[in-house]
Amino acid sequence: MPRRIRRTRSGEYSVRLTREEREILRGLPAQLRVLLTLGDASADPALRRLFPPAYEGEPERAREFDRLVRDDLVGQRLTAIDTMERTIGAERLSEDELTAWLSSINDFRLVLGTRLDVTEETTEADAPPGEEHERAFALYGYLSYLEEEVVEALSRAL
Amino acid sequence: MASTAPVEVDRPTGEGEVRPDVPWVVVVWNDPINLMSYVVYVFQKLFGYSREKATRLMLDVHHKGKAAVAHGTKEKCELDVARLHAHGLWATMRKDR
Repeated sequence: MPRRIRRTRSGEYSVRLTREEREILRGLPAQLRVLLTLGDASADPALRRLFPPAYEGEPERAREFDRLVRDDLVGQRLTAIDTMERTIGAERLSEDELTAWLSSINDFRLVLGTRLDVTEETTEADAPPGEEHERAFALYGYLSYLEEEVVEALSRAL
Repeated sequence: MASTAPVEVDRPTGEGEVRPDVPWVVVVWNDPINLMSYVVYVFQKLFGYSREKATRLMLDVHHKGKAAVAHGTKEKCELDVARLHAHGLWATMRKDR
C-alpha cells in the first residue's frame, strides 16, 4: 500500500487519504475542542492526561505551574485543532499544517486511549463486546497507524 | 509506550545524561499510549538531539519507566516541561540529586 503521507521535494507534504478516512478525521477536531473548552479539568482523566502535574509529589507547586501555563497550552492545542479542521480536505499540507495535524491526532489518541484504558499491548481484538467499543478501538488503531506515517514523514525534515 | 512496528535498536551502555553542575532535571515517564516513534521525534524536535540520542532516551523511558531528558535552571526546565506537555508527553521536573 502506498504511503498516505509523503514529504515532497518542495518540502510540502502530499496527503492521500480516502474519502472515508477524511470523514473519520473530520469529526475529531470538534470533539477535542469541546473537551478542551468545556471539560472538567479536575474530574476528567483524559484532561488530566493532557495536562499532567509538572512536579512529582509536590501538588502545591504543580498547581501553581498549571495556573501559569494552562491557558497557553490550551491555546496552542486549539490553534492546532483549528488548522486541522480548516485543512482536513487538503491534498497538500505545509510542514506547519501537518505538525498541527500531528498535535491533534496525538491529543485525540491520548484522550481515547485514556478513556479505553489501553495498555502497551492493546489491540483491536481487546475491545469489549458492543459496537461502540469496537468502533472506538478501531478508531484508536487507525489513528495509531496514521500517526506513525505522519511522524515518519515529518522526521525527514528534522 | 505503544508501537505499531517492532523496534530493533542496540541499546548503548553508559550513563552520561546527568550533569552535576546544574540543579534541575526534567523527567519523562512511560505511558501506554504515546508511540515510540513519536517520542523519538519529540525529543529530536524539542531538544535538537540526534536520532541516536533521542532513541536511547525513548528506550530508557520505555524499559526503565522514566528517563532524565534535560537539565538546567528552574526556569529552563519549566519551559521544557511545558513544551513536553504541549506535545502530550508525561513530564515532571525536580531538583537534581
